[in-house]
Amino acid sequence: MLMFALRRILVSIPVLIGITMILFIMLNVVPGDPVALMMKEHASPDVIARVRAQMHLDDPMIVRYFRFLANALQGDLGNSIKLNRPVTDLLLKAFPNTLMLAVCAALVSWVIGIPAGVLSAVRRDSLIDRFFMGFSLLGVSMPVFWSALLLQYIFAMQLRLLPVSGFYGWKYMILPAIVLGWSSAGVIARLTRSSLLEVMRHDYIRTARAKGLRETGVITRHALKNALIPVVTIMAIQVAGLLSGAVITESIFSIPGVGRITVNAISSRDMPLLQGAVLFATVLVILGNLVADILYSVLDPRIRAQMKKDA
Amino acid sequence: MAAPATPATEPETLEDASFLRDTLRAFRKNRMAMVGLAFVVLLVLGAIFAPWVSPHDPYRVALDEQLLPMSHTYWLGTDNFGRDVLTRILYGARISLMVGIVPSLVSLTIGTVLGILSGYLGGKTDFVVMRLADMMIAFPSLLLAMVVMYTLGANLLNIFLALALVGWASVARVVRSQTLALREKEFIEAARANGTARATIMFAHIFPNVVPTLIVLFSLSIPEAIMWESSLSFLGVGVQPPEASWGLLVAKGKEYIFQAPSVAIAPGIAILLTVMAFNFIGDGLRDALDPSMKD
Repeated sequence: MLMFALRRILVSIPVLIGITMILFIMLNVVPGDPVALMMKEHASPDVIARVRAQMHLDDPMIVRYFRFLANALQGDLGNSIKLNRPVTDLLLKAFPNTLMLAVCAALVSWVIGIPAGVLSAVRRDSLIDRFFMGFSLLGVSMPVFWSALLLQYIFAMQLRLLPVSGFYGWKYMILPAIVLGWSSAGVIARLTRSSLLEVMRHDYIRTARAKGLRETGVITRHALKNALIPVVTIMAIQVAGLLSGAVITESIFSIPGVGRITVNAISSRDMPLLQGAVLFATVLVILGNLVADILYSVLDPRIRAQMKKDA
Repeated sequence: MAAPATPATEPETLEDASFLRDTLRAFRKNRMAMVGLAFVVLLVLGAIFAPWVSPHDPYRVALDEQLLPMSHTYWLGTDNFGRDVLTRILYGARISLMVGIVPSLVSLTIGTVLGILSGYLGGKTDFVVMRLADMMIAFPSLLLAMVVMYTLGANLLNIFLALALVGWASVARVVRSQTLALREKEFIEAARANGTARATIMFAHIFPNVVPTLIVLFSLSIPEAIMWESSLSFLGVGVQPPEASWGLLVAKGKEYIFQAPSVAIAPGIAILLTVMAFNFIGDGLRDALDPSMKD
């Protein structure tokens, strides 16, 4: 088990290094002088030269890459050009907001998705099944920015039940969490349904029924335990996905999180900030996948056995 | 019993024809898939013949006709420049359909070639391709696309590039795993024993067997690409005004949502319906081509 986790972590390291390389190259081949572009026509050549020197932009690319990597490993992602503050500080200050949004959205998606999936599977092809599957299809097919706008319009502008945007308390979290959670609720509901249907076909379920257990008992005590294994592992991946899905949600609801920093960094052409924010999000996604893989092996004895054989 | 269909052209083998016919029959029986197909056909026709379908000019600014409500002349009202919303949605369909198809074809081609090479050749090729794919998959897609748009500039061609870059890796993974399975089959072994060239085995023997999967992947990547494009355009790093992309229409319309909600809401419905229609088609194709993937 520990060996597997360790090996899995080691495999992630080259992936991470590769990503930093791709990201660095992509952001540093931008045509034109990034400093001049960002400062527009306000800056004199002197100032531009000074900022360039400060950012070591005149060194060869490979030198700059290794400097970036070495600094990043020490938690230093450079300074934001626009805000003139350390990128790491900005990200760490914004991260709790993004995390809170992601956690709330994840809760929404589980609370809706799992019961919907279970009910759909149990009452397969019934009206309930159709309703929930239709609802989840809607969630998956709806662009997040549009459902956000729609809910904002209905609940905040017309009914005036909730605040439109901003972030000053739990009330401000309700709409964003629903918007972001709904789309993954659809995924979770579909997965729960198909996984439960698959499990229900097994012999031990027939045995449980044969010994006279009531259907609810069969489902809650026997079927769900196994059916939820793939669901739990997708949750870990999903949390990472929510973190990046937060980009759109945060910019619509004006939540000061990592996603909004990313969008702002692009529009103000703040390269170090963009670089840091994307790197930060990517590390989170890799961590999410790592947790998912390890969780899967912890939960599923078959995979655990397989790994023992491989090791 | 349906009357036996007479094929227009003589099929190469009996088996080919029956596989195709079975697939089509299974697809036709899927009601949702047929509804999706009908919607997409209508959309494609509307997009191609937009100048003839609509009497309005999508770019003409008429400041005395701003934000008009729905009416007989303007079915979905007008936007803040007095342009007909429905006409702009119709022109937006051109962008969405292109964005759905072009990058998907590119990423499918790259992914298939790399997947087959990786799976059949194994060794170093496999290692390099798969590690590259790992990296691409670990990158959050939207952020990767945003970085590409930042570097190359926001326009339609770069959206194609960004989406192709995002999409190839998962195709390569699927194709590789299929190639690995196919490579152990007798007919491939026979071809190898015959002294058939490696390239011929890969692209004349293995490739045709991957095609059904590719069709499903293609049909499911279209709605995804449409969604990504509209998100990028909504965030301002995609298609630029005055072009009419659905995401952009929602973004611009949201500023006038109080005066004229339909300006922002209608293009969103267009996205929703189109994505749903393509998903229905994709599900239908998957069930028709590979019944074992159902549920």
